Amino acid sequence: MKALCWYGTNDVRISHVPDPKILNPRDAIVKVTLTAICGSDLHLLDGFIPTMRRGDILGHEFMGEVVEVGPENTSLSVGDRVVVPFTIACGRCFFCDRQLWSLCDNSNPNAWMAEKLYGHSPSGLFGYSHMMGGYAGGQAEYVRVPFADVGPIKVPPEISDEQALFISDIFPTGYMAAENCSIQPGDTVAIWGCGPVGQFAIKSAWMLGAGRVIAIDREPERLRMAADHGKADTLNYEHVEVFAALQALTGGLGPDACIDAVGMESHGTNVDYYYDKAKTAAFMATDRSSALRQAIFACRKGGTVSIPGVYGGVLDKVPLGAAFNKGLTLRMGQTHMMRYMAPLLERITRGEIDPSFVITHRLRLDDAPQAYRTFRDKRDECIKVVMKP
Amino acid sequence: MADLELEFPGDPQEARVRSGQNLSDVERWVSIAAGAGLALYAVTRWKKSGWLIAGLGGMLVERGSTGHCRMYEAVGLNTAGTGEDTRHALGGLRGAHVEESVTINRPIEELYRFWRNLENLPQFMRHLQSVERITDTVSRWRAKGPAGAILEWNAEIINEVPNKVIGWRSIEGSDVVSAGSVNFDDAGPGRGTRVRVRLQYSPPGGKAGAALARLVGRDAGTEIREDLRRFKQLLESGEVPSTDGQPRG
Repeated sequence: MKALCWYGTNDVRISHVPDPKILNPRDAIVKVTLTAICGSDLHLLDGFIPTMRRGDILGHEFMGEVVEVGPENTSLSVGDRVVVPFTIACGRCFFCDRQLWSLCDNSNPNAWMAEKLYGHSPSGLFGYSHMMGGYAGGQAEYVRVPFADVGPIKVPPEISDEQALFISDIFPTGYMAAENCSIQPGDTVAIWGCGPVGQFAIKSAWMLGAGRVIAIDREPERLRMAADHGKADTLNYEHVEVFAALQALTGGLGPDACIDAVGMESHGTNVDYYYDKAKTAAFMATDRSSALRQAIFACRKGGTVSIPGVYGGVLDKVPLGAAFNKGLTLRMGQTHMMRYMAPLLERITRGEIDPSFVITHRLRLDDAPQAYRTFRDKRDECIKVVMKP
Repeated sequence: MADLELEFPGDPQEARVRSGQNLSDVERWVSIAAGAGLALYAVTRWKKSGWLIAGLGGMLVERGSTGHCRMYEAVGLNTAGTGEDTRHALGGLRGAHVEESVTINRPIEELYRFWRNLENLPQFMRHLQSVERITDTVSRWRAKGPAGAILEWNAEIINEVPNKVIGWRSIEGSDVVSAGSVNFDDAGPGRGTRVRVRLQYSPPGGKAGAALARLVGRDAGTEIREDLRRFKQLLESGEVPSTDGQPRG
């Protein structure tokens, strides 16, 4: 089959590889009908995630048709049309019992690697480094899905692939980011990063009762989408001083909740950005965090900073003093997918939201290497790429 | 020990282990008698040096009445005859020692039953090739040694308290000298079972013993930790997660 493989920093290619096989009793094989590139895949392209190996198949946003099921998988049948969540969960451990699906104890075959870096291992992920399980990803014609009786969700026929696909990651991720803000009616929510997760965080903040949503980015097309589709007030951080603008918009109070939908490769215009950039370039730090610093600084006293943006290693100059003395709540983590998939698919089915609004590029899997660069460099007004194998 | 308050009805040996005793009953009584004698002697002589002797006597009495000797503990000696501490089973500190634990989201009874059927062990202990039951307490173990060598030995269960502890050791005269025990404890409501394993491989038991100790030796802790992780994965999720055999570029 064809698959997008990682061969090193800035080097991803389409390769011909063997088809996947059932390896464990609860597995299923899915024939991919639509897949996407996630903003977090760019961290892999840029070499920010450790424990990648030459030849790893990437991709964790995908859906398709079940073509084979393992002997212990009783919930799926050949022919089912499913969306697969990017986190892999056994459904039976301490963490799955408590709905903390992305912290599943049993789905990462390389848990010892993550334990060395984090103390404990999160769940396995598709196509996201060996530390996260080393599972072959979904930017391919076929994928082996472990514990397929827990994750994949069946899609009703009236929902198109483009409408359903983002249940695999970014819609639930944006939703959990907003849910983590514990929004009270009328709250102001400020969101750094108007990529796809930011766009869904905006939509979700409204769903959860926000009174006002402020979106921060510098790409005009992303701010336009946040304003047109998201009905958000927008701030271009290259044109305004973000803290002052947020103070003015909230009467000096600050936003009740702030969402960092940017993560560890943040861009900024202040001196701290260039400091981070120099340090990460010299391998003295692993993550950059201009957006997170601003979010902590701008958040109102007693407010919440929610972090859906991915961080991988150690972070420098985090203003913990501001967070502490303002009594902030910080919430973060990979999305607990299975909490959100069914209710959000229900909203799509009822016509409350059509997630396909984020798609700007519809391509073939063969175009993936170029699409990675277009998306990373934010060329051609690229916000979200979907690909058919 | 922290678990001092726990009750272990009907099993004096287990209770002894739990209480931290490392002295046999005979040694305890001798200790109490000698200590009391020393103290009496010192007090009746009423000299300066008497205080030292009285203090020593007091320590002996304490040692005897609690059954716990701090000096024995420091040097790893144990005369209490408990099956949990594998150091006793092999009579000292030789070889590789490992203690690891894991919490498993399944009932004690299920985990105990699975482990007690020793033939199941190779399903999650990577270096074991097979365990074959000979009698209810004696079994034949085969392990993969370095350079493809096969190591074989017989082991017997020397301590068994249903749903609490299983202790085993290699039978006298085996090439491989090893001992181990596994304890099962309730981890609290909704938290499953805490499983604690102690293992010892002793090189002086012959060539094969040395080879096995080398095999598990330096990273014995890592090896057992990964074995226990597989035990947990298998019992909780029904399979051990793997990517062996998946495609790559």
